[in-house]
Amino acid sequence: MSEWTRPRHLPEALELLAAAPGQYRVISGGTDLMVESHLAPERHPEFWLDISGLRELQGLQITEEGIRIGAATSLEVIRRHAEVVTHWPMLAASAAVTGAPPIQNRATLGGNVCNASPAADNAPVLLAYGARLEIAHHHGSRWLPYMDFHQGYRKTALQAGELLSALWIPYPPKHSRGYFRKVGTRAAQAIAKVSIAALIEEDSGGMIQGARFGMASVAATPCTLPSVSQYLLGRALRDIADAQVRQRVGQDIAPIQDIRSTTAYRLEIASRLVLEAIHGRSESKKED
Amino acid sequence: MPTTMRINGKAFQSSSAPNARLLDVLRNECDLKGTKEGCGEGECGACAVLVNGKLVNSCLIPLGQMEQAEITTVEGLPEDSALARAFVQCGATQCGICTPGMMLAATALLAEHANPTLEEIRWGLSGNLCRCTGYGRIYAAIAQAAGGSADV
Ligand SMILES: Cc1cc2nc3c(=O)[nH]c(=O)nc-3n(C[C@H](O)[C@H](O)[C@H](O)COP(=O)(O)OP(=O)(O)OC[C@H]3O[C@@H](n4cnc5c(N)ncnc54)[C@H](O)[C@@H]3O)c2cc1C
Ligand code: FES
Ligand code: FES
Repeated sequence: MSEWTRPRHLPEALELLAAAPGQYRVISGGTDLMVESHLAPERHPEFWLDISGLRELQGLQITEEGIRIGAATSLEVIRRHAEVVTHWPMLAASAAVTGAPPIQNRATLGGNVCNASPAADNAPVLLAYGARLEIAHHHGSRWLPYMDFHQGYRKTALQAGELLSALWIPYPPKHSRGYFRKVGTRAAQAIAKVSIAALIEEDSGGMIQGARFGMASVAATPCTLPSVSQYLLGRALRDIADAQVRQRVGQDIAPIQDIRSTTAYRLEIASRLVLEAIHGRSESKKED
Repeated sequence: MPTTMRINGKAFQSSSAPNARLLDVLRNECDLKGTKEGCGEGECGACAVLVNGKLVNSCLIPLGQMEQAEITTVEGLPEDSALARAFVQCGATQCGICTPGMMLAATALLAEHANPTLEEIRWGLSGNLCRCTGYGRIYAAIAQAAGGSADV
């Protein structure tokens, strides 16, 4: 018989984790875990730590610099949140394309990130917005830029005894524009072949002041595009050579061949999406 | 420790393991066979129920998370309703496997949008698969139940 613990407060959960390192399986919305444990019943853990009741992990709060989103907040709550829709429209959009309504009613943002699928649909947006993670341990919290979280295929920076407690997203800079797209096989509930988010900041003269990209399904982990970003910095749109961008996309990503797509297809699509993002044929709502 | 919940308005206590799927509890313990298992992986919506008014897939829900929850299965919907009549009249059911999930998805949708647009109907049902009808008749039934036009 398995044991189920559903504490109400974070310190209680952290204490349990610290007392029995590696014993508990953390469950939030369960939309990844329940599939996994159904497909591999022999891997059913004995001790479950259900974090869906932890107050500190629920809900969204506006802060001076941006927004704090509790890790166990559902994607449905996030995509409908008025401030998210206004200031972080790419997040509202990525939450809305993560599975279908019955999934979004249960799936959490923290679960999407911690499950660490290379295809996680909210990862690109969090990377583009420059999100920070609040990671809690019995001995205290630490901060980690989200871009340092994924360390290898399904390997994260979370240590034994730690929980992701919240995601902090800064307001996008004034005069920045966002771009988000998920390319899949059908509209609802499809795993992405490639997805991308970008946040590009231009000065009044059209010079690029900052460019951050996030992509999923193009490498072993969700990833940024550091050499593309570097190439764009300080350049005006008209001075950007598409061939240079394409070459840098090739350096920054490492797409695989799998049942959903070939390597060549993913590289081509990724390059086109990056160029579309740069040249401002924006599909998601403009930021201002 | 047993889990206490309300199913279709009645108190129910389950002593299944906390990691048991709500789907199995409903079908095997409560004998509510209207909730179907299609894929068992959250993809098809055949097992859809309402938990505290929200549409969810019961194959993905561990019993342990259902303490004090209010659960509605297809058996908990009124036997005769505008929705049920519209399903019959529009031919929205063929083999019937998807129908309970579709009815619950429609119920959740109509609770939120009394007069849904076709777009909203599509979105509300996008987690429910049907292998028979081609969806058109299901969309039409929901539009009709909402009092709108049936020719979607
Ligand atoms: C039918 C279906 C369709 C889907 N479609 C998509 C899709 O389109 N795009 C997409 O990206 N995903 C999709 N998913 C995957 C899944 O729904 C998401 O990844 C979801 O956000 C996971 O969140 P959860 O709360 O349900 O995670 P859970 O299943 O509860 O947990 C997932 C993992 O994260 C860990 N974890 C969760 N929260 C924390 C925390 N706060 N701290 C530490 N560890 C934690 C758990 O231990 C577990 O290993 C789909 C799943 C299904 C079943
Ligand atoms: S059986 Fe639950 S979604 Fe298919
Ligand atoms: S009626 Fe057969 S699956 Fe929908």
